[in-house]
Amino acid sequence: MTDTRSGFWEHFEHPADIGVRGVGDTLAEAFSQAAMALCAIITNPQRVRPRQAITIHCEEPDLELLLADWLNALIFEMATRRMLFSRFDVTVEDGCLRAKAWGEPVDVPRHRPAVEVKGATYTELRVYQDNRGHWVAQCVVDV
Amino acid sequence: MDMSRLQQVSDSEWQIPPTGKMRVPGVIYADRTLIEEMDDKVWEQMVNVATLPGIVRASYAMPDAHWGYGFPIGGVAAFDPEDGVVSAGGVGFDISCGVRTLHTGLTPAQILTAQQRLADALYHRIPAGVGSTGNLHLTPREMDAMLSGGARWAVERGQGEAADLARIEEGGCMPGADPAQVSAHAKQRQKDEMGTLGSGNHYLEVQRVTDIYDADIAAAFGIKQDDVKVSIHCGSRGLGHQIGTEFLKRMVVTAASHGIELPDRELACAPITSTLGQQYLGAMRAGINCALANREIITHLTRGVFADIFPGSRLDLLYDVSHNTCKEEEQIVDGQPRRLFVHRKGATRAFGPGHPALPADLREVGQPVLIGGTMGTASYILAGTRTGMDKAFGSACHGAGRRMSRRQALRTWRGRQLKDELEAQGVLIRSPSGRGIAEEAPGAYKDVEAVVRAAHAAGLARRVAKLVPMICIKG
Repeated sequence: MTDTRSGFWEHFEHPADIGVRGVGDTLAEAFSQAAMALCAIITNPQRVRPRQAITIHCEEPDLELLLADWLNALIFEMATRRMLFSRFDVTVEDGCLRAKAWGEPVDVPRHRPAVEVKGATYTELRVYQDNRGHWVAQCVVDV
Repeated sequence: MDMSRLQQVSDSEWQIPPTGKMRVPGVIYADRTLIEEMDDKVWEQMVNVATLPGIVRASYAMPDAHWGYGFPIGGVAAFDPEDGVVSAGGVGFDISCGVRTLHTGLTPAQILTAQQRLADALYHRIPAGVGSTGNLHLTPREMDAMLSGGARWAVERGQGEAADLARIEEGGCMPGADPAQVSAHAKQRQKDEMGTLGSGNHYLEVQRVTDIYDADIAAAFGIKQDDVKVSIHCGSRGLGHQIGTEFLKRMVVTAASHGIELPDRELACAPITSTLGQQYLGAMRAGINCALANREIITHLTRGVFADIFPGSRLDLLYDVSHNTCKEEEQIVDGQPRRLFVHRKGATRAFGPGHPALPADLREVGQPVLIGGTMGTASYILAGTRTGMDKAFGSACHGAGRRMSRRQALRTWRGRQLKDELEAQGVLIRSPSGRGIAEEAPGAYKDVEAVVRAAHAAGLARRVAKLVPMICIKG
């Protein structure tokens, strides 16, 4: 995997809710992909135009709690700005995450949002490097 | 769930004997089939809850229990006020999510004369789904008044009826709320969300009573065969979610300093006597008031729609129950009254006859216990029992409980097709999202009838009536 956009996201099963998992060559890419997985719970990210950007900043030494903080910050921004996001630029350094998230205001007929996300949980919350060196960032979110 | 790890007490009660760090046993109230369908994680989570400091009598699971966060959803646990803990995970993200049921005085035939129009008007008037906002926009001062006043605040603002208050837990206003403990973020998330339904499994339904199981209690509740009722299922919206998120983290980070060993981070808790524990209780009670105010405002909007379409109709409140709470209650333990902090996570308070917390006109028969179904199946009304007070601190199930993940539901059903099928059965669905409908497909839930039967058989609550939907508004 030499392509810098080798990262991907996926959902995993949880009986009541749904899990988000981001995978990437770097920790930042895994966090960015996890955010895509979060947004894909609500709508197809391809329907969301990256028209305006907001900035997010989180500090937390524990990488797993940092992932939850990051996703919860996005949930807060989506709820209060009534926006959906589809593109992320993330850097993570020494427990400090800085990100730009691009998206647009919710347009119900076009986005057909399926469900609101209440919060990122600590269930199945894991951030680690797998045996091929890829970073994995995941948790279950409450919907 | 692996049945070999349980001891059978009766057909509807099973025990996990205490081992290892468990301070009390685990008790599941359900029949064999329901337990076999439960995830092994329910067992694990019940055992984890049983290890928490100050837990009294047992870690309980209701018949609809499923894998939750820290606590099982459908979990009940009570803690001693001195040695015990309060857990943000044990309450859940959607604080005081609950159900209320209203009488309409109308017949199914009357609804059928205007079913499409009523469905459209309810869908139009009640904000539901992602990105929706309410008609009220709260200033900081009004926010604090709402967080202290609950449904009483809504009534004072002309968004509800005073007669409703006696039919809401705590008279519509949870005492001990401390708006100062609710963060600016939580308040910001809520300021435009009052009177919104939310999404996911939240709904407003117009329902028809199809079965009466206990004629005396039904009469006391004001329920007759073929009555039309309205049920509303929603919670504390963004405010509750934000309180849950923030306190969960604070409790995780400080657990070790309180000498608490967490078997699972999601079990995050703090001693009730600690500053953090008290702060959480103040914030969580404010969250309860937010949910009570929210359901009151949605009721007010619903009344407006019914008044337009059925002039002269009156929607009186039967009762309003909350599912995700921690409440300080007097309970009888070993024959002695004790103050306990009872966590009900995805479980309904179900106080039995004679309980002083019940309004005078319901005290003889017990608390109405409102069990939400799915849009294609049925909802049930039960009544709290005296035996339930001893069995699980006056608690019962809260709904069907999922048996299939959202992903699997999406692979199995198409929203549009489901909507058409339900419409052919006489159930009108209104929702902004076809995918949302598919994720909430009736088949993705456990058999609510089996859950209710098990709650009845276990003596947690008595079956009173069954209702099926005619209209369902989904967020």
